[in-house]
Amino acid sequence: MIFYALVFAFAAIGAGLMCNLWRLLQGPSIADRILALDTMVINSIALIILYGVLQGRTVLFEAAILFAMVGFISTVAYCKFVLRGDIIE
Amino acid sequence: MTEARAVRETRSFRQRWLPHPLLTLILTGFWLLLLNDFSMGGLVVGLILGTLIPLYTTNFWPSPPRVESYPKAAAYFFLVMWDIVVANVQVAYWILFWKNDQLKPKFFTVPLDIRVPEGIATLAGTITMTPGTVSSDLAADGRSLLVHGLHVPDEAETIANIKSRYEARLLEIFA
Amino acid sequence: MTFFAEILISLLIVAGGFFAFVGSFGLIKLPEIMQRLHAPTKATTLGVGSVLVASMLYFLIIEGSPSIHELVITLFLFLTAPITANFVAKAHLHEDQHPEALPPTGGEHGWATFDAPPDQRVAGQERGAD
Repeated sequence: MIFYALVFAFAAIGAGLMCNLWRLLQGPSIADRILALDTMVINSIALIILYGVLQGRTVLFEAAILFAMVGFISTVAYCKFVLRGDIIE
Repeated sequence: MTEARAVRETRSFRQRWLPHPLLTLILTGFWLLLLNDFSMGGLVVGLILGTLIPLYTTNFWPSPPRVESYPKAAAYFFLVMWDIVVANVQVAYWILFWKNDQLKPKFFTVPLDIRVPEGIATLAGTITMTPGTVSSDLAADGRSLLVHGLHVPDEAETIANIKSRYEARLLEIFA
Repeated sequence: MTFFAEILISLLIVAGGFFAFVGSFGLIKLPEIMQRLHAPTKATTLGVGSVLVASMLYFLIIEGSPSIHELVITLFLFLTAPITANFVAKAHLHEDQHPEALPPTGGEHGWATFDAPPDQRVAGQERGAD
């Protein structure tokens, strides 16, 4: 039963990633693209965790932590660049 | 400069070497969580990191935030957790079943009574995570928050709700 | 016991996938950037949160080897989501909003994205006068 739930979640998150990609390519403003990238990172974390559950292994979760941290820092750095024209002042 | 040095010398042994005991505890716990395993070696390394990191970052935390009552802070945490779930169901419903022109998005100003920086940060985070509102900006003098609501039929009611539900509780938590 | 745990875990996984999708769907459906900001910050974060709780329960009950990494990720995501949203909102305000189009602050200073913060010393005096 968990397997079917996993299949559903994979499909839903995959469709979500396609939506994000569309917004990333389409996005009229820079803020739109940043938001789309950030959402993509969060969805990818969910995908990694679900793959870990499917495999029954927790090794991938360290990758998920790194993904979360790098995603957050890069979003903030990009916004900072838009706001100030510089990242490290 | 000399004044600062005089202040530094009046600090007690604990204040000098362990400026933020709670931060040390949290960092140690976080290190153990990251290891995903409990061992004596991990605990020792965690304690060393938990002492060194506050020491080297103490310039960023000139005065540790004072929390008046920890039970109230815990109650606030669970209230916000519950509100996050409610907020998500609400926003998902709006996104899926409402037409775009039914929504009344709006910017509005929330005047702040709370002055503690940590309190303002907590309030802004809470507003972002709870029903249909995102805090967008702070006034330059830190006395009001710019909030964007996804669906705001009555501005005054939303502001009153934020102030009574979250800000009043935070005022009791942060002295 | 395991059967009910399986039902609970499956429900959490389905809810997680559903909310993650709704968040991303809102990103393409809603017409305006500030409205779009609402969808990912709330829906997607809860989606990932429930997936992570499901994973914790799965490894605790079904596999019998407790895993706490998910707790760290959940906490991290819930703490950083408001900061990300705030930064994206500020980037949007800076890029394509006029200060006149926003509601007034109600004080003598403007919003922090457009107005320089008052001098630290002045702020200290104001606080003393309160």
